[in-house]
Amino acid sequence: MAERVFMKGCEAIAEAGVRAGCRFFAGYPITPQNEIPEYFARRMPEVGGVFVQGESEVASVNMLYGAAAAGARAMSSSSSCGISLYSEGVSYCASARLPVVYVNVQRGGPGIGAIQPAQQDYLQATKASGNGGFQMIVLAPATVQECVDMVYEGFELAARDNNPVLILTDGVIGTMMEPVVLPPMKSDEELAQLKEKYGVTKRACIGHPLGQQAKCFPGSAGTGQELVNKEAEKLYATWDKDVRVEKFLVDDAEIIFAAYGISARISKAIVKQLRAEGIKAGMIRPITVNPFPYDAFRDLDFNQVKGILDVEMSIPAQMRWDIDFAVQGRCQINECRRSGGQLLTNDQVLEGARQLIKEVL
Amino acid sequence: MERNIMMAGFGGQGVMTMGKLLAEATCDATDLKVSFFPSYGAAMRGGTANCFVVISDDEIGAPVCYNVEDLIVMNGPSLHAFLKNVKPGGNVFINSTIVTDPIDRDDVNVISAPVTQMALDMGNDRALNVIMLGVYVGYTDAVPEEVIIKGIEHKFENKQKLIPPNVEAFKKGLEIGRAQKK
Repeated sequence: MAERVFMKGCEAIAEAGVRAGCRFFAGYPITPQNEIPEYFARRMPEVGGVFVQGESEVASVNMLYGAAAAGARAMSSSSSCGISLYSEGVSYCASARLPVVYVNVQRGGPGIGAIQPAQQDYLQATKASGNGGFQMIVLAPATVQECVDMVYEGFELAARDNNPVLILTDGVIGTMMEPVVLPPMKSDEELAQLKEKYGVTKRACIGHPLGQQAKCFPGSAGTGQELVNKEAEKLYATWDKDVRVEKFLVDDAEIIFAAYGISARISKAIVKQLRAEGIKAGMIRPITVNPFPYDAFRDLDFNQVKGILDVEMSIPAQMRWDIDFAVQGRCQINECRRSGGQLLTNDQVLEGARQLIKEVL
Repeated sequence: MERNIMMAGFGGQGVMTMGKLLAEATCDATDLKVSFFPSYGAAMRGGTANCFVVISDDEIGAPVCYNVEDLIVMNGPSLHAFLKNVKPGGNVFINSTIVTDPIDRDDVNVISAPVTQMALDMGNDRALNVIMLGVYVGYTDAVPEEVIIKGIEHKFENKQKLIPPNVEAFKKGLEIGRAQKK
């Protein structure tokens, strides 16, 4: 096994990007993700890549558009209110079908929000990250190791689909340090082969493979727009295979924790604690929050499952909408929530679980 | 088994370095799971500086915990802010050079060491954190002492001359910690 190194979430995200072949990064400083651009600023010159600190988020995301259109593996990162400023640019990337990877290290909100960790951007990330009804694969890591793996893989998914990919994490995972095993550095030869495989070398400056340019040109009149939308819809329909979910001790569970990212790792610890007490607890963790693992909830045996505890660092709860959509009132759903500035702890999740157990078991 | 450690003081005392040294050394020299989470105010020096280290043989849940086995306090305000967060039967490590207030709990073990004064006496006033880490490891055996010594060697691999004084500081702390072990 490769050697494990002790890394901060943000730095691990950046190194994974470099190893996946990212050679263009543009971004604008904001807490709690500053270590990502800081790391790229130091690292990019070593690998012949480009780091730009843009004059704003708007400038940065549009540079990302340009770099991806020109065939570079391009990446950016920001946090919550900064991500709001990315909306237009990301929507343009989705329209032009450009493979970019970007990271939201969530903090408080709405507005400028507390600089401390939160999960207040779930609905924005999964349903509407910009105008125009586009969708993205959104991956939600629960550990620093998953940050690494998801960024690394995110570039492949983006390239495969010619579509943006979002890594949705938060200020706890971005700031904490954990042991990680880093993936191998993609060589220049490998990257050249990948460009060939994904047709990047044939991409026109707006991002489409040559030949599709005319019918997909963003902002074009006539039937062009509808074609763009239909092409996109065809892509989204292929994502059933990409749904990823962790089901932990669900088979005989009577109460189910539903949580993603940082909230999930805390919930999992509590599931183990409750199991040790003989309580049949389990957890469903969406790993792709879009496409959402609706079936994991739909397929539960509601004669057996008495209640679900939705654990989120968001007030009001947001993932609750997706859980409700799948469960359709077939069992009680409680919420255990915290928002920006107040970190979720084991004790608080345990308290939420005890309350649910009292009410349904 | 999971061990939650909270370290607290003010900026400049090396609280973050102490936590990172413990956590990184544990990552490098053991198979244990470990996490480090920093929490600090806007001021680099004089502001509040706390960090959390979790060491476990199983997956780690929350990297932040307000119900800890071990608390290390490097200054007075940290004692008053966090003493309540120690589990009954837990350990409170005190920098007794500057933390002079009485500990108003009788259900925790108090381990005192005048680490600020000791560091000054050693002619290495920045070593107070490494001495305290020694006290901590000497008392708890949270990780074997060799793990930290390797960590010090790794941390200062580009400043070799700093290795002997830091190892010495760590060992001084170890002695104090072991002496106070019941």
